[in-house]
Amino acid sequence: MAYDKFEVLTSTAYPLPIENVDTDQIIPARFLKATERVDFDINFFRDWRYNSDGTPKADFPLNQEKYAGSKILVGGRNFGSGSSREHAAWSVYDFGLRCVISSAFADIFKNNCLNIGVLPVQVSVAFADKLFKAIEADPKTEIRVDLPNQTVTLLATGESESFDINLYKKDNMLNGFDDIDYLKNIEEEITQFASKRPF
Amino acid sequence: MSKTLFDKVWDSHVVRHVQDGPDVFFIDRHFIHEVTSPVAFLGLESRGNSVLYPERTFATADHNTPTINQHLPVEDALSANQLDALERNAKKHGISHWGLGDENNGIVHVVGPENGITLPGATIVCGDSHTSTHGAFGAIAFGIGTSEVEMVLSTQCIMQSKPKAMRINVNGKLGLGVTPKDVALYIISKQTTSGATGYFVEYAGDVFEDMTMEGRMTVCNLSIEMGARGGMIAPDKKTFEYIKGRALTPKGADWDKAMEYWNTLKTDEGAKFDAEFNYDAADIEPMITYGTNPGMGMGVTKDIPNAEAVEGGVETYRKSLGYMDFHEGEAMIGKKIDFVFLGSCTNGRIEDFRAFCSIVKGRKKADHVTAWLVPGSHKVVDQIKAEGLDKVISDAGFVLREPGCSACLAMNDDKIPAGKLSVSTSNRNFEGRQGPGSRTLLASPLVAAASAVEGVVTDPRTILNANVVA
Repeated sequence: MAYDKFEVLTSTAYPLPIENVDTDQIIPARFLKATERVDFDINFFRDWRYNSDGTPKADFPLNQEKYAGSKILVGGRNFGSGSSREHAAWSVYDFGLRCVISSAFADIFKNNCLNIGVLPVQVSVAFADKLFKAIEADPKTEIRVDLPNQTVTLLATGESESFDINLYKKDNMLNGFDDIDYLKNIEEEITQFASKRPF
Repeated sequence: MSKTLFDKVWDSHVVRHVQDGPDVFFIDRHFIHEVTSPVAFLGLESRGNSVLYPERTFATADHNTPTINQHLPVEDALSANQLDALERNAKKHGISHWGLGDENNGIVHVVGPENGITLPGATIVCGDSHTSTHGAFGAIAFGIGTSEVEMVLSTQCIMQSKPKAMRINVNGKLGLGVTPKDVALYIISKQTTSGATGYFVEYAGDVFEDMTMEGRMTVCNLSIEMGARGGMIAPDKKTFEYIKGRALTPKGADWDKAMEYWNTLKTDEGAKFDAEFNYDAADIEPMITYGTNPGMGMGVTKDIPNAEAVEGGVETYRKSLGYMDFHEGEAMIGKKIDFVFLGSCTNGRIEDFRAFCSIVKGRKKADHVTAWLVPGSHKVVDQIKAEGLDKVISDAGFVLREPGCSACLAMNDDKIPAGKLSVSTSNRNFEGRQGPGSRTLLASPLVAAASAVEGVVTDPRTILNANVVA
């Protein structure tokens, strides 16, 4: 098993209503020098979270006590653009988050999340706005992400929206499997295919 | 049935379709480097797997290598550790490895094509988003994450849903001083940084047909900056001439057989795209970015647009200008700059150094400008020397550095200091991309050269016109 199973998650959320949040912000390049996957939460949003003297920026949502312990991040449109660095997804996970909600994700970031057990949930712009407003009105607002039924619900009002995920990826998330488990099971088919490649 | 170029290459690499899921997609060539591979090898070994096809995997050191004194031990302990890990893993698993000092070493997306690893109709992945570069040869090439690097090492496949297909046509003739980089930045400014998310792009039309292979690589390289999974251009005579005889290309009868296949690699008449856009070459001028994503670009002579005139959130736009310390309605021309960076997998090839030199020849670098000129590979260095460009560079007061990714992402010592303004030929102007607090203007080698000489953001056409008159 590659990561903890994901079924239904109910949690408050960190709001980050900024568009085009790129992976260089999620984890700057200078923190990619590890050779092991440990402690990527430390530099998660490093330059947005801390001043240059290392003190936390009080107004940045990830630093605010009122959201502490949330397992969901609601981000702006086109979340995770830029680099392929999976370190960005690891830092999301290591920070304690299991789900990112946005009205649009960059492709590689989305794939990386799915591969490590973070669920990217794409909602409409209108629903994302509703979430931001609800969190702003009450930081203790709870959101329920129901993977089996593919719905995301604002518990206070009961407003709900369904989201897409292909069945294979869904099954993996529900069971905590990853693609390598699948591919190793069909290795003979792969090697037969490879033997016919022209180069 | 009519098929697109993308369909032809994709469909021929599908090992099986997973019901209601992704395709099991076979990878012909896998590039690895020191930053995104160490954890993949740890995963591979902890599961007790081995590398299924080491001969399909190629390792080069590039992301955090120094660009001076490469013959000495790497001073930064963490960088040295990653470089050691790459070498150790490559050796252990029988993978060819071009480390520092190797004559084939350089930026992964530069050395791949140079050595004939990149071929038409191939599928190529690397744990680096600019893998899209290799699409210039009619390959399907895209960036992957570290979990996928492990996947490819252990099974030579990844599981991917087929992206949608987009075609971008640019027809007509490019004007004086307008380079492939400008074409790409122009397209991205029209598409925005997420306009092609979920798509694979084919570039078609006169402009790309007329372009050199270096130019095509620059364009495909930047596909990711509009959110595309990758970009590709149908291979033609120019493509085949470029790859023929390189170290790892097919030879003899294998070459003839490959050519037969490669000649089929074009979009059929009547093939359907999910989206299609047409642009006119005459509308493109030398470009510059002013914001904190590559979509925030415009002709170098234009003024920064007002927030209301751009798509997307006004607040996000203003935040971006705030970071850059720029204002709506302000001109970019004439802005004093501090740094110039020529290099990266976008513009670190011989053609880029030729372009840079065409401007700085017989001129002098502005005193207050620090310029880092970083070739993409040792082969590019050799070409620069063979063509005498090294003399042009030093006569103009510049210093040629050693190859690597360098100040594109500033993982080595080449960091633009906080607050300083840099004209860079690299691919990203994200906040802090070139060092914490650094401010980046993306531009072509011509704009970079003209700005390096004048010390302010400069339209290269003013110098090129002067050259013509002289």
